[in-house]
Amino acid sequence: GAGAALMTVLPLRAYAATTDELIAEFTGGADIADTGIDFTAPEIAENGNTVPISVSAEGASAIMVLASGNPTPPVATFNFGPLAGSHSASTRIRLAGTQDVIAIAKLADGSFARASKTVKVTIGGCGG
Amino acid sequence: MADGVKPRVKAPKTAAAGEVVTLKTLISHPMESGQRKDSDGNTIPRSIINRFTCDFNGENIIDVKMEPAISTNPYFEFEAKIPEAGDLKFTWYDDDGSVYEETKSVAIG
Amino acid sequence: GNWSRLAAQQRLTQDQLLNFDTFGNVSLIHVTDIHAQLKPIYFREPSVNIGVGRNRGEVPHVTGADFRRLYGIEDGSPSHYALSSGDFSSLAQAYGKVGGLDRVSTVINSIRADRPDALLLDGGDTWHGSYTCHHTQGQDMVNVMNGLKPDAMTFHWEFTLGADRVTELVEGLPFAALGQNIFDAEWDEPLPDLFPPYKFFERGGVKIAVIGQAFPYLPIANPRWMFPEFSFGIRDENMQAMVDEVRAQGAELVVALSHNGFDVDKKMASVVTGIDVILSGHTHDALPEPVLVGETIIVASGSNGKFVSRVDLDVRDGRMMGFRHKLIPIFSDVIEPDAAMTKLIDEQRAPFETQLKEVIGTTDELLYRRGNFNGTWDDLICNALISERDADIAMSPGVRWGPSLIPGDDITREDIWNVTSMSYGEAYRSEMTGEFIKVILEDVADNIFNPDPYYQQGGDMVRIGGMGYRIDVTKPQGERISEMTLLKTGEAIDPAKTYVVAGWASVNEGTEGPMIWDVVEDHIRKQGTVKLDPNTSVEVVNG
Ligand SMILES: [Mn+2]
Ligand SMILES: [Mn+2]
Repeated sequence: GAGAALMTVLPLRAYAATTDELIAEFTGGADIADTGIDFTAPEIAENGNTVPISVSAEGASAIMVLASGNPTPPVATFNFGPLAGSHSASTRIRLAGTQDVIAIAKLADGSFARASKTVKVTIGGCGG
Repeated sequence: MADGVKPRVKAPKTAAAGEVVTLKTLISHPMESGQRKDSDGNTIPRSIINRFTCDFNGENIIDVKMEPAISTNPYFEFEAKIPEAGDLKFTWYDDDGSVYEETKSVAIG
Repeated sequence: GNWSRLAAQQRLTQDQLLNFDTFGNVSLIHVTDIHAQLKPIYFREPSVNIGVGRNRGEVPHVTGADFRRLYGIEDGSPSHYALSSGDFSSLAQAYGKVGGLDRVSTVINSIRADRPDALLLDGGDTWHGSYTCHHTQGQDMVNVMNGLKPDAMTFHWEFTLGADRVTELVEGLPFAALGQNIFDAEWDEPLPDLFPPYKFFERGGVKIAVIGQAFPYLPIANPRWMFPEFSFGIRDENMQAMVDEVRAQGAELVVALSHNGFDVDKKMASVVTGIDVILSGHTHDALPEPVLVGETIIVASGSNGKFVSRVDLDVRDGRMMGFRHKLIPIFSDVIEPDAAMTKLIDEQRAPFETQLKEVIGTTDELLYRRGNFNGTWDDLICNALISERDADIAMSPGVRWGPSLIPGDDITREDIWNVTSMSYGEAYRSEMTGEFIKVILEDVADNIFNPDPYYQQGGDMVRIGGMGYRIDVTKPQGERISEMTLLKTGEAIDPAKTYVVAGWASVNEGTEGPMIWDVVEDHIRKQGTVKLDPNTSVEVVNG
């Protein structure tokens, strides 16, 4: 069944400008490749308040995660130290509605790579 | 300092020299985003953990800049290389200046 | 048409239904989505089941006469009645009820007589859906299913019994409770003691691995607060890891016992390599032939105890070399019940017999549920919500379970519970803006009509009473729904205006209201005889 009125309506807004600005700031305006980074997130969030995500980019010194549709897009920046066993990490994030979540890695050679995934945040209910 | 902040860590007690191990951390914290309003319509001020680090014998494994979009009770999973016996040090930095620490010793064997 | 005479000429026999030329060296028996239907029932298959994206026009999104043409099924034949919609009421009178776990037992016994070590696998949605299941918190189903001696099962609605109860029942099971995608929510770790990812079986000299896949979207489609310690998801990367793991351990045959839903299973079969057979549940589809995706066959076995699938496999040199399959419809008047099982079933029902049998009213209509947009059962439930809860608009969840009744049938309390029982049956009454009602419709529509199956949850559209709308299933979320109209005034729904909405099965904790089965019972009692106007309030574009 559809949710009752208690349910908060999650806005489907995009803050493209801010997201683009944050990316430009991170990359210094450099080109961004589509390969060299893996980004994992569920297709549909079990709970928009705690969405599991994983990032991985071999040799990356840093990976930035942005939630393009959140009121404030920054989520986290993972900086890997000399004893990092891999250049990967997982955490749980808040998403204010269905949106694209973006990860950008700064790779060992100084270049950048990007991956994104649409995560649906749904009111829920019903089923077979 | 937020009430009842309690770090928990899953780390192996032993590793082979040079082994890559998986580490998991959870810390109880409301991560008040600064986006919510109370019943009177006033914005509840932001109060989050803004940084998490993990080092081994003083050398860095990971250093995370955290934003209000990190969920309540922040969780991290990552991998570390263990070159020798020593201590894993986990540190969380709160907006209010509090610092929460946890240490786990790893033996070689 | 009047098929009863035709049907009478076509005498079905148990031997015909069970006839199977035993093949290869392994037999799988699949039952799924029984929804606690211990006794024979009627079950009308959908006439509207729209596929989107790559699945447009593909099975199971083919219904009625198109379905019969596709499979060469003769009009009026037993297969017509069992597998497709059209002339349901008259065919139901001719062919009688379907299902009943004592009949299912006879079929399983017959397969085991051919192949004593056949694997019996239950796809889940077993411990939910009836008066007795609700009042025994699933114990009646556990007792009866144990009598069938399954080898493994997986899960969906079982979790709506609550985390403690589902754990208690699972711990007591004499067979494997599988779910490679059931994880501990706190540390995101598997739960190998409670829900192992897979189990090995040695059958017919073949090493078989059965991997479980629970319903991926349990905390979304059902109330997360009832089982907060568990996390699900499709986790197809972990599925691939499990397939690789069992292959490395020498599995010659890999079977996925899945509650993904059919389109999700098709996509998973194209993403994950090395699964030989997917036994598919959740979307309640019944297909007379497996669907082949790459080298994986996908078997759909219907719901409500109406079908048993038998799949015989020839496995040699670590490979599936061939298969033979039959979807066996359980014609209750044709298949002799297994007396021991009848006794076991009746024992479960005995304490509740008086309540079950009470006649609340009768129906002049065919009452059914399945279909993407509405069914007459939900039309009746929506009418009950509007009149008993004094609402402008009613919402009834697009669940796919619930048997049918044919014109002239009594409506008993059991019948009402068969289409309403659940552990969160409160009938709420709340105020919603027109804008919010649209948000709900768009949200649910995207869970059904998103072109990527991994974004689908496998239910049908929320049923609406008191309001009409137009839906273009091919549009993206936010643009599918238009022309929302309040039926009692004929006026367009105003986004800013507030409407009184009554509904049930809210996934939100703390939902208040009378239980839906009581609301429906009160309404039917007042009606005496149920009559319904044809529902023309949903206009489907590009369906
Ligand atoms: Mn089901
Ligand atoms: Mn299901």
